[in-house]
Amino acid sequence: MTPGLDVEQRRDLLPALEPERRVTDWGRSERIEGLLDRTLYDFLYHVWFRCEVEGIENIPSEGGALLVSNHSGALPPDAAMIAKAIMEEHSTPRPLHLTVEHFFKGYPGFSMLVPKIGGVAAHPANAQRLLQDEQQLVLVFPEGRKGTEKLYKDRYRLRRFGRGGFVRTAMRAGVPIVPIALVGAEEAMPVFAQINVLQKLTGLIYAPVSPLVYLPAKFRIRFLEPVPTHEMGEDAHEDRGLVQTVAQDIRADIQEELFDMVGKRESVWFG
Amino acid sequence: MRVLLTGLSTYWGGRLAQELETDDDVDAIIGIDRTPPKVALERTEFVQVADAHSLISRIVEGAQIDTVIDTRLVVDSTVTTPRRAHENNVVGTMNILAACSGADSPVRRFVFKSSALYYGAEQDDPAFFSEEMERPHPPRTRIESDIVEAESLVGDFAQACPNVKVCVLRFANGLGGGLRTSYTRLLRLPAIPAILGFDPRMQFIDEDDIVGLLQHAARSDIEGVYNGAADGVLVLSEIADLLGKPLVPVLPPWGTELAAAALARAGLVIPEETLRHLRFGRGLDNRKLKATGYRLRYTTREAALRMAEALRVEPIKRANQEPYRYEREVEDFLRYSPSVRAKERREPKLQNVARGERRELPAGN
Repeated sequence: MTPGLDVEQRRDLLPALEPERRVTDWGRSERIEGLLDRTLYDFLYHVWFRCEVEGIENIPSEGGALLVSNHSGALPPDAAMIAKAIMEEHSTPRPLHLTVEHFFKGYPGFSMLVPKIGGVAAHPANAQRLLQDEQQLVLVFPEGRKGTEKLYKDRYRLRRFGRGGFVRTAMRAGVPIVPIALVGAEEAMPVFAQINVLQKLTGLIYAPVSPLVYLPAKFRIRFLEPVPTHEMGEDAHEDRGLVQTVAQDIRADIQEELFDMVGKRESVWFG
Repeated sequence: MRVLLTGLSTYWGGRLAQELETDDDVDAIIGIDRTPPKVALERTEFVQVADAHSLISRIVEGAQIDTVIDTRLVVDSTVTTPRRAHENNVVGTMNILAACSGADSPVRRFVFKSSALYYGAEQDDPAFFSEEMERPHPPRTRIESDIVEAESLVGDFAQACPNVKVCVLRFANGLGGGLRTSYTRLLRLPAIPAILGFDPRMQFIDEDDIVGLLQHAARSDIEGVYNGAADGVLVLSEIADLLGKPLVPVLPPWGTELAAAALARAGLVIPEETLRHLRFGRGLDNRKLKATGYRLRYTTREAALRMAEALRVEPIKRANQEPYRYEREVEDFLRYSPSVRAKERREPKLQNVARGERRELPAGN
């Protein structure tokens, strides 16, 4: 966050790119991402989930933006599909950074892999640097763990959107919020129950009972109109009332779109 | 500028003194430490003194010191016992600060060499620490709590003495052929130990940049806390690659401390703070420092490459190099005896020494 420096300075003083490097300063590896993309994401996106995208133009071609989506599935494929959609469909393909829980940094294996494929710990300072200084796209799931924990019977019913922290982050960084409604992930790997004992034993965030492979549900990703949080004033992020109102509005918008999309869907598998 | 340099016999103290000697604006360099210096010095005067505050304050008063550079902080828990480290880091800092305070003290500038250990290494850290951030949890190792305590003493001093410009530099781990820290020792091993399932993000700083930065802090009038780290945060596997060494995950993710204790028995000491670093890594935001106009010479990647170069030539170099030994009699003779020709004499006063020129020691010294 580096107070004392203005935005221009903070951008100018960012470390220069070293082309010989294999990972970015965030620990992201193009090599591993590319490998995963060619072997898995490409197949999932085009063949398995047959993703259909609407409103891709709502993602800005330049500058930072905070993407907010619903979240679900035991091993959620939604983030990868949203990232892939931006790379495939957008006129200027851009990388997407995904905020993840601090848990991943502390668990062996995940700690190695998650940053390499674009995961960044959900710390306000990280989001601020990515959005404002580096002007990147950041995806956040405000439901967090509560989204992936929820059972199949609760599908497409949004959980609480945290404490509105994501709105505050966007306001402080001066970037718009792009809400996303995604249908299909709930059926791709539904969670039927949670085994608490197993969760305790493994130290993982949850231990769900679910299919071991993704089911071929039809994916629809709808990017909604950007919410201009950056136009709400310098100190908007300190206005708790405003932050909560905006957070609730965004949640309601996504929920409404989800009902609309599920309503129009004739088949879980064929759309 | 009249400089008092504490910790003259540390690697940093010695290098910095050599660097300051070539600086025409520096009229006097007084170095203090408990043990004699380990490098050849031209006009630096060495006073062997522990950190007793009354003695230091007499030196400060007597030599009319205006700039104090404190490089004495122990940031590596393997160099001494925890009790001694605490004594040096907390009580020692207190004494030095006491010697610099007082209404009629000539000191106007205080530079404090601290460490990024101040931030620790935790699971819920931000990816880049900036100077105003505090660590998310209280210190977990003794060396870390020492550093936090020492810095708070320096902070109190800065508030109490507004006429002294205080600059604190929090350095990332140093890399370089001349450095002997528990970290460079790990990187010198034929294979680099790692914790299974972790590939931490790490940031280093080249040894030359540490010296350059300390000098910059002493010469400019920057105030406050600055992160001293090179550009670029690398992952451990990348660093191992640059050094041309394999990375071996010998430490298990669970029970790491036990495994480390077993390794220590076998002769490979990995201190607690390094274990945490090997697990979670650390990144620093160096933009505040860069905004002061200091240009870092090397990025983390370049520092690692330089280290690799140094390691390659080291075995060849070591064979024909004798270690320097400090002999007080000889040094005093060369500095003060009328028999020594003026040209050769290493007077503590400023001489007409061209910038960057370094005269070799006479043979047999």
